[in-house]
Amino acid sequence: MIYDQIEKNKRNSVILIIVMSLFSMAVCYFVGVYFFDKGIIGLLIGFGIAIVSAISSYFAGDKIILKSVRAKKATQDNYQVLNDVVVEMAIASGLDKPEVYIIQDSSPNAFATGRDPEHSSIAVTDGLLRRLNRAELQGVIAHEMSHIQNRDILFVTTVSIMVGAVVIVSSIYRTSLWFGGYNRRRSNDSGGSLMAMIGLLLIIFAPLASKVIQMAISRQREYLADSNAALLTRNPKALADALKKISSTHVKSKIQNTAVNPLFISEPFSSVNVKDLFSTHPPIEKRIKKLEAMAYTKGDLMKGVASAN
Amino acid sequence: MMWIILGVLAVLVIFVWSTYNKLIRLKNRIQNSWAQINVELKRRYDLIPNLVNAVKGYMKYEKETLEAVIQARNTCISSSSVASQGKAENVLTGALRQLFAVAEKYPDLKSNENLMKMQEELTNTENRIAFSRQFYNDIVLKFNEEIMLFPRNIVASIFGFKKQDYFEVEIEKVSNAPKVDLNFEA
Repeated sequence: MIYDQIEKNKRNSVILIIVMSLFSMAVCYFVGVYFFDKGIIGLLIGFGIAIVSAISSYFAGDKIILKSVRAKKATQDNYQVLNDVVVEMAIASGLDKPEVYIIQDSSPNAFATGRDPEHSSIAVTDGLLRRLNRAELQGVIAHEMSHIQNRDILFVTTVSIMVGAVVIVSSIYRTSLWFGGYNRRRSNDSGGSLMAMIGLLLIIFAPLASKVIQMAISRQREYLADSNAALLTRNPKALADALKKISSTHVKSKIQNTAVNPLFISEPFSSVNVKDLFSTHPPIEKRIKKLEAMAYTKGDLMKGVASAN
Repeated sequence: MMWIILGVLAVLVIFVWSTYNKLIRLKNRIQNSWAQINVELKRRYDLIPNLVNAVKGYMKYEKETLEAVIQARNTCISSSSVASQGKAENVLTGALRQLFAVAEKYPDLKSNENLMKMQEELTNTENRIAFSRQFYNDIVLKFNEEIMLFPRNIVASIFGFKKQDYFEVEIEKVSNAPKVDLNFEA
């Protein structure tokens, strides 16, 4: 059951990222065709933008994010339980212990960052520590550890870089309309007018569509991290309980930075109405339901692995 | 025709190569995580003297409980066979639970920060042991699956990879843990 979910989530993510790549390539190509009469030039521009942003976020991304939420290192002396739980989950996932940070914020939340498992950090808010018991905290940390294990931070960054490239390239095109690029294109437009129309529509709706795909990928990774967390702790119910507590707490978060949104265990600023297409996270009730379903089939879940314990 | 044969050969070589490397990698991880379990077990043995020292001043009338813990720990360390260590580990876990249950009776002790810290440390240690076992068994499961499933099983049998045992089947002795000498009159 739990392995099935992990497999399914991985497959969905792969499909989504393929769709995303093809889509960005198509958009860049069409922009190239319209703007320079050569699709390849558009592709090259898109590529260039992607590489520049990739390099900068690869090397400095985690530091910038931790700074932007004012995270402080959590010492073993002052935060014994938190550090202990992180070590336990690092052992369970077979990775090195990530750096542990604390954010002074009364809303309960947590996130992981870092480009690969060797350079990773987990940050939790003060509010989370105060509200959850040990098992629930373990569930949340397992969720974050799963993000690290699955290299989700890299994954999410890659996708958002692609989205960024699409947005920039298509805005280059739209700007060019004002400078007569469109006329030039029109003069030698013969035959492929249907293709031209499709291309134009694609470019116009590209930023919106790529955003929707990005959010779908992000939600997929959340489900994956949930089921992987269940596998690490063998206690899906604790994570479900933690999510219940987190979702029932109505403390306004002081973290005001949408850029870090996809990283958190629950969205800091989700409003109830905009939950579907533009959400980085699946609805929390759905996540709880899936986790509880795993808890009920625990006998099955334990088969082969835990039974050997 | 020539090229087809060469192509098939190349595919075969790549397959055998990658399978062999994958199995070796998994095998190394099994060994590594096995060592990890022993590290955690030793950690528990080292922790117990500290724990007993922290509480013995308060628990003068619970000599038996404390002695049971020490006894169980020493049995663990000195046990020579796989089965006996497994049993001793269970006895030790039980004795520790008993100790914390008894500690509930002593209000001074219950609110003792030192003991609370110690309790967290012990929970942590127990969890570390459990999770390192779990990780070990997970990798063994993966390894066994790899060498049993077609077509990798052919490569595995050529190079003589053998099924690995789960933790419960094979327990290695952790040696060199320090001896505790308890003096209750202190």
